[in-house]
Amino acid sequence: MKRHLAWRASLVGVAALLSFLYVLPSIPGFSPLPGWWMYVRPLIAVPPPQPINLGLDLQGGMHLVLEVDAEKAVEIAAERRMAEIRRALEGEGIGVERLERRGKTQIFLQIDDAKARATVEGILGNYPEMERSEEGPAGFILTLSSREVAAIQERAVEQNVQKIRNRVDEFGVAEPLIQREGDRRIIVQLPGIKDPERAIGLIGKTALLEFKLVDDRQSVEEALQGKVPEGSEILYEKVLDPQGRVVRRIPYLVKKQTLLTGDVLTSAAVRFDQDTKAAYVAIAFDRAGARLFEEITRQNVNRRLAIILDGNVYSAPAIREPITGGQAQITGRFTPEEARDLAIVLRAGALPAPVDVIANLTVGPSLGQDSIQAGLRASVVAGILVVLLMVIYYRWAGLIADLSLVLNILMLLGALAAIQATLTLPGIAGIALTIGIAVDSNILIFQRIREELRLGKTVRSAIDSGYGKAWVTILDSNVTILITSLALFLFGSGPVRGFAVTLALGVLINLFTATVATKVVFDWLILRGMKRISI
Amino acid sequence: MEIFGKTNIDFLGMRRGAYILSVILVCLGLLAIVQIARGRANLGIDFAGGTSVQVLFDDPVDLSQVRGVLTAGGFPQSELQQFTGERRLFIRVKSEGEPVTGTAARIEEALRKAFPGNPFVVERSSEVGPVIGRELQRAALLAVVISLVCIVTYIAWRFEFRFGVAATVATFHDVVAVLGIFFLLGNEITLLVVTALLTLAGYSLTDTVVVFDRIRENLRTRRRGSFGEIVNASINEVLDRTILTSLTTSLAILALFFLGGEVLRDFSLALFVGVIVGTYSTMFVACALVYEWRVRARRQAGGVKRQAQSLH
Repeated sequence: MKRHLAWRASLVGVAALLSFLYVLPSIPGFSPLPGWWMYVRPLIAVPPPQPINLGLDLQGGMHLVLEVDAEKAVEIAAERRMAEIRRALEGEGIGVERLERRGKTQIFLQIDDAKARATVEGILGNYPEMERSEEGPAGFILTLSSREVAAIQERAVEQNVQKIRNRVDEFGVAEPLIQREGDRRIIVQLPGIKDPERAIGLIGKTALLEFKLVDDRQSVEEALQGKVPEGSEILYEKVLDPQGRVVRRIPYLVKKQTLLTGDVLTSAAVRFDQDTKAAYVAIAFDRAGARLFEEITRQNVNRRLAIILDGNVYSAPAIREPITGGQAQITGRFTPEEARDLAIVLRAGALPAPVDVIANLTVGPSLGQDSIQAGLRASVVAGILVVLLMVIYYRWAGLIADLSLVLNILMLLGALAAIQATLTLPGIAGIALTIGIAVDSNILIFQRIREELRLGKTVRSAIDSGYGKAWVTILDSNVTILITSLALFLFGSGPVRGFAVTLALGVLINLFTATVATKVVFDWLILRGMKRISI
Repeated sequence: MEIFGKTNIDFLGMRRGAYILSVILVCLGLLAIVQIARGRANLGIDFAGGTSVQVLFDDPVDLSQVRGVLTAGGFPQSELQQFTGERRLFIRVKSEGEPVTGTAARIEEALRKAFPGNPFVVERSSEVGPVIGRELQRAALLAVVISLVCIVTYIAWRFEFRFGVAATVATFHDVVAVLGIFFLLGNEITLLVVTALLTLAGYSLTDTVVVFDRIRENLRTRRRGSFGEIVNASINEVLDRTILTSLTTSLAILALFFLGGEVLRDFSLALFVGVIVGTYSTMFVACALVYEWRVRARRQAGGVKRQAQSLH
């Protein structure tokens, strides 16, 4: 018995000490951890001590749920193939009667001369992922296979995650979280972000940069009245007032065909015009892009080239001469911040598919602090009330129960810090609730002990049978709470998960503190010769 | 100190009254569920979609003035709540179907223009699209159903099938009753409230398990006494513990309610009501159901035996 007791007592002591060491970093203004601990810890292979990981609702920050429009990625992929096919056909000198997209996944091609069929089939053979069928003597229908569609969508979402991660990196947020959820969703968490609106603007922007020719065969005014020539479309330039609201939209008639996109950029940087001090973005192309750009500008001198971002025209300067250096400028009515953000998204790259923000939860830092304080206050008051109640009802035994409660909470906090579980506001509520529920185990044991005493047993045997008989009930009742905690964890989101984790841990630890820890004290008292028990 | 000492309350005897009360509560709860399904209940924006903004002004503001500002700003149906000496405002706008991003910014803009001399800080804001809201509703329902299934399984394994079903019915009764009470009070049903419901399910189950444990033990050790007498005696024996634990839990929850801040208020209210309902259901519903079932089964078995005997 004595050796057993020593074992158990040291177990309790070690648990308390470890928990204390893990809780220490979270206390504001704590002194550095003792040196011997830094030595011992790696030897016993336990996690390094860190402050408790606070959830967004306690630190402040932003939680976004984005949904990727993967269908758009398929459309874009079809467009790209169309452009490549057109170039290949032009290279072979085959006249194209019609080349257009039908629906999301189909391309329709009609050539002038049916005799060139064989050559065309040769070119189309380069696209095995597209199923081919024929329509008439000179027509071809190309459909993206469903496997390819799925692959495109999958790739789009993956690349979106990567590109958004790049953009967020430029923000300098301490510990951002960018994670894919399910098929099409991306979760973005930015703890401690100071400028949530800018963040959304930066993250949600598709940033598809396109260069298209302005169609000057016809005036814009005629087009606005409904006579849009084939192969062209009307795009607008938005003029914003200082508050960022649209005051005017200037229409441009541009050819639909995209000559160049932003994926050929190697760099984008903010510069300031020497004379006007206006901000602009200087971009540079890679070699292939530079060559294409040179070709485009050479073929279209004295025409205007519209620079379009996400379907909005930024500017449409006239091409005075072929540009060989592979560099260009994007000017517009930018503030320096807008230019900086534009440079960021251009550098990180356009999103292969647009994203929709379907949920945005933002918590300011002040509320986070208030919440922590309110939660802690409630927990402390709960603790005091419960402690008093136990002492009033069970006297000295109640005091022992209270000590086990303190150990319970200490170990709970230590566990939270050690496994770096996220503590949320409902999590703090979970701590308060644990305080109320944890003593139930003690109550069960003490009621049994009282009953055994009433039956006339000795103190020692009453205590032993009390613990023995109550154990099964304690186990059952704690397991039921664990079941609901598990359900909460599985279905809940961040804050709710924090609650489930706190409650589950509290209850599990309770199995130890209410039985082993208190028994140690009782056994020690018995050993010391306690004959009557104050319970 | 003992609260009750040796008591001998006939809990089972009161079960008729309890049935009436419980039926009323469950009907209320079912009504609440129906209304939720029809979209007529006060669902938080995490379930219904929409925008909410919580702001703290420097000086007190007039609620009706704010309402006017919001209506003018394009938010005709807004719900407002005021705290902290009329400086803290919680604004809720239901989703109209159009994309929900930017609505928080628009609300803040409208407030800024209307109260130029009274700066405010945005404490938190939520914009939730309707799709996510619907998904969350489904997830919540699933969580409740799965919990109940796990509960039946566990209790049926530890005790016997009848006990398992009785415990589950009692737990379901608790969850539904608290939901109904919340619906009656017109309080907002948010994700946290559903969390509280699941938690109180766990707590009520704990309560029930303690009594069932005692019943099982007494059935094993006692020779005399009918089933009903044993059940009654068991409830009486654990009465002290039941009341005391409800007390400690309630104290903790009340501390949260009064001191825990606005975010946790509905949550702690749901828990508090849940503890009361849970304690009641353990004593009057779960045990009564076990009793009824066993007595009915015995009577049927007895009837069959008599018939069989008379045939010979």
